[in-house]
Amino acid sequence: MNPKAEAETSGIATGAAARHVSLNERLIFEQSAPGKRGMDLPPLDVPAVDPAAVLGREFMREAVEGFPEVSEIEVLRHFTRLSTWNYAIDLGMYPLGSCTMKYNPRVNEHVARLDGLVNEHPLQPGELAQGCLRILHDLEQSLVAITGMDAATLEPAAGAHGEMTGLLMIRACLESRGNPRKKVLIPDSAHGTNPASAVMAGYEVQNIPSNTRGHVDKDRLRQAVTEDVAALMLTNPNTLGIFEDHVAEIAGILHERGALLYMDGANMNAFAGIARPGDFGVDVMHLNLHKTFSTPHGGGGPGSGPVLVKKILEPFLPVPVVVRKEGGRFVLEHNRPQSIGRVRAYCGNFGVLLRALAYILAYGPGIRQATEDAVLNANYIRKHLEGHFDLPYDLPTLHEVVFSDARQKPQGINTMDIAKRLIDYGFHPYTTAFPLIVPGALMIEPTESESKQECDRFIQAMRAIAAETETNPELVKTAPHSTRIGRLDEVTAARKPILRWKP
Amino acid sequence: MYPSGYRYTKDHEWIQMDGPVGTVGITDYAQRELGDVVYVELPKVATPVQAGQSFGTIESVKAVSEIFSPVSGEVTEVNAALSDAPEKLNQDPHGSAWLVKIRLADPAEPATLMDAAAYENYIAEKMKEKTS
Amino acid sequence: MRYLPKSPSERQEMLAATGARSIEDLFQSVPEQFRLREPLPLPGPLSEMEIIRYFEARAAENARDYTSFLGAGVYAHLRSVVTDALTGRGEFLTSYTPYQAELSQGTLTAIFEFQTLMCQLTGQEVANASMYDGSTALTEAVLMAARITSRRRVLVARSVHPEYHQVLRTCTRHAGIEIEEIGYTGAGQLDRAALTKEKLADVAAVAIQSPNFFGVIEEVPALAEAAHAAGALLVAGIAEAVSLGIVRPPAEADIVAMEGQSLGLPMSYGGPYLGVIATRQKFVRQMPGRLAGQTTDAQGRRGFVLTLATREQHIRREKATSNICTNEALCALAATIHLCLLGKEGLRELALQNLAKAQFARAELEKIPGVRHVFASPSFNEFVLAFPRSVKLINAALLGEKIIGPLALGTHYPELTKHALVCVTEMTPREEIERLAAAIRRILATPV
Repeated sequence: MNPKAEAETSGIATGAAARHVSLNERLIFEQSAPGKRGMDLPPLDVPAVDPAAVLGREFMREAVEGFPEVSEIEVLRHFTRLSTWNYAIDLGMYPLGSCTMKYNPRVNEHVARLDGLVNEHPLQPGELAQGCLRILHDLEQSLVAITGMDAATLEPAAGAHGEMTGLLMIRACLESRGNPRKKVLIPDSAHGTNPASAVMAGYEVQNIPSNTRGHVDKDRLRQAVTEDVAALMLTNPNTLGIFEDHVAEIAGILHERGALLYMDGANMNAFAGIARPGDFGVDVMHLNLHKTFSTPHGGGGPGSGPVLVKKILEPFLPVPVVVRKEGGRFVLEHNRPQSIGRVRAYCGNFGVLLRALAYILAYGPGIRQATEDAVLNANYIRKHLEGHFDLPYDLPTLHEVVFSDARQKPQGINTMDIAKRLIDYGFHPYTTAFPLIVPGALMIEPTESESKQECDRFIQAMRAIAAETETNPELVKTAPHSTRIGRLDEVTAARKPILRWKP
Repeated sequence: MYPSGYRYTKDHEWIQMDGPVGTVGITDYAQRELGDVVYVELPKVATPVQAGQSFGTIESVKAVSEIFSPVSGEVTEVNAALSDAPEKLNQDPHGSAWLVKIRLADPAEPATLMDAAAYENYIAEKMKEKTS
Repeated sequence: MRYLPKSPSERQEMLAATGARSIEDLFQSVPEQFRLREPLPLPGPLSEMEIIRYFEARAAENARDYTSFLGAGVYAHLRSVVTDALTGRGEFLTSYTPYQAELSQGTLTAIFEFQTLMCQLTGQEVANASMYDGSTALTEAVLMAARITSRRRVLVARSVHPEYHQVLRTCTRHAGIEIEEIGYTGAGQLDRAALTKEKLADVAAVAIQSPNFFGVIEEVPALAEAAHAAGALLVAGIAEAVSLGIVRPPAEADIVAMEGQSLGLPMSYGGPYLGVIATRQKFVRQMPGRLAGQTTDAQGRRGFVLTLATREQHIRREKATSNICTNEALCALAATIHLCLLGKEGLRELALQNLAKAQFARAELEKIPGVRHVFASPSFNEFVLAFPRSVKLINAALLGEKIIGPLALGTHYPELTKHALVCVTEMTPREEIERLAAAIRRILATPV
């Protein structure tokens, strides 16, 4: 081996040049030099204008101060280098509970970029958008079939947006019956978006404690459902991966008193093809297409949060609604007097919607197999980690399993330490410290996309960490040891926020 | 540890009286429970406060906690230094990191609160609950 | 099934390990009576080739080969293949929200760069990691202004995008916000005379858009002054972000709510797009959405984390600044890459080309007898024309020439029945502008 190369790869510093810059990429602004650019425009084919004359000096700006000036290759390398600092499903298992990090099929990316779909303007005449409208219609029909509901809107841009939309429809429905009511009930195991969405729809939030089995406490619910209650927002299966087996009874309690059942469908990957929310009393629900229906998370978005409703809520769907006319033509219907209005401009995150349809088409009714594999993986992992980690709720697991760090606590090791150590074993951490009802939670959702071998590797890593907490707790507490940077100082970041680059 | 001249609440606030005005802060136990404080939100001067009601929040990186007033009255002064240096709450919770001064509606009200000895017993119980 | 990595015997082996006798056993918690006995009535399964054919067939049913003069908040602009090549990398595409900072430095660094670019572009001090789109960003900006001022009334310009208006009304109605509309002048700008002292009393915010829906640029400094004098904030919406390459940024506004689709995102029939909120440093804790911040590790190496998370729903729940969780991260990355490619010079040149094209188009169309340019105030790449007959009829005739004509304004503005909003960008060739002018001339010359 060439000694110089060895020095470089082993990181033995012989001066500033010892490590390639690719390991220590600077911000793009720090690579800028006047006069460089990464994109050329075709020449202007009309007479140039003097902006001062057209706009007037008071409306004009000079070039944007501080904007980067870099070439195409520099941009390409910069973002390629940054990408190597990320973990991704494409690299391995991403067991984040409640996030459903499954394979994002590449054909979906291909079709989303087809000319004729990617370059369509949302306001172009309906007769020139029949392909787009048919895609929206076909997806609606598929989601209706999977959930057993009656109608859908694809307008909401994400799950939380769907929650707000669904609650606004509940409000409109109850209003039409004479009283919108005041409160929404939310179990303590719910995602934080539920209470935040309820507030945006003008409701007060009342928390419902879970019982010792992690289910909604029916007696408490019965007491809580008064004439003031508009709805219960139920995540099913809940964030412990446990199915609310009394869901029909819960729906009954609500319906008896004129309240509605909202289902947070974030965990639909647990039973798509196995059962349908529409059959067990759900009135309105949302789906997260970026979870169950495989659209890429993209580092945090975009997502899509379609809302599905029963007949009673159909008149209140946001506008526009895709309607199939006689002869098979599709139109966007705007004139719907009882609609809640619009929740987003245009027709929703079309590019995400069509990816979800591509996913559904790939499986067809076989979507049940994906669900079965997801649940099998979660149970397999649970079986092999029981005895190594504390299982606070010993109930049948569906798509995810929640352990706690109770066994590791005495060694001073918490769920975050275990998560960071998992990084050293080549895995992305599971979800830490959620749901809130489990102190020190380890929430693991493997999804159907993991092979037996990948599950085994994960199990081995988790067991090894459990052993290390006994033999070498310091190693776990200071993890990760394999990443480009170590644990970051979040306290200083929050005390003295630096939120943008400055020269 | 806990100054003997102060009075304490079950929500872990303290108050030190000086005539009709009380200085209010959080206890050392509270700051340890909160972890590294990153931000403190306090009311404006002249805001009326009610005993047991929230008058502000203290934030750590991943939690927000309400601050409950130990007494009823009106805010007369706010510790502005905390906005630039919230870390003081971790360093000197019983001293320079006081939160607000309150002119009491009833200057006798603090007598109903715990003294230092009672508070120390109270938190000893809390610790026991936690480890059991 | 090609997406599932298990052989039948591996499934059996794993099932045996769980102690379950059958797959059905694993679903015992789902009540028997609700378990489906029949396969779902879904089309498929389709192979990759069949999926591609399905979508190609749909694409063929759309508007390929048409020239369009539509804008109205969605713009056809140049995009580089480099952007798709980079956003298509699995490390960006298939990663999650960067909560685990050590494994997400790529995404976090890019968000920090995005926040910086948005500040530079809008003239504001802080910007978040994205919102859903321009319409929801405007709604969130209004709610934010109400929190900051503890006031409830909001004055919204009639010249704000009509669909943004609708979203704003739907999503703030039950949050206790009262909305009043402010009209526009004959020159197309917000009617400042309507911003009287009485009108502004107890107002949380004046919400405008610039360039507004008619393409006209608003006088932001004067509007900010009027709002501030009454203790209100100025919320400035921006639907055409490329305008900021040449138009003065709304630095005097207190909150900027922008649609970033123009910055490297395809039109994609309405989304996904890119909402942006930018504001003053002092309002950062009232801001919705994620923020990336700079910090260091134990060895002093620079790194980035999500910060000020206590504003958000996963911590503050019903008291959060917003319910937003998933945002438009990959779209923000695309915009970041696109703006880095364009750079300082490129963005300016791009904006100048748009300005020049619009000026050219306006002059060509104004030459047609009976066609009149309506609003005299300066505009960027869109402008309103009045026609001597119904725009719907003209547009129907234009379709025959494979032209999607300008947007008829009558649907949203009953006072503008014979008016249309014309948009041209750097993507509209001169010949197509001339073809539009010739076609309209011909159509108008034909008796009805």
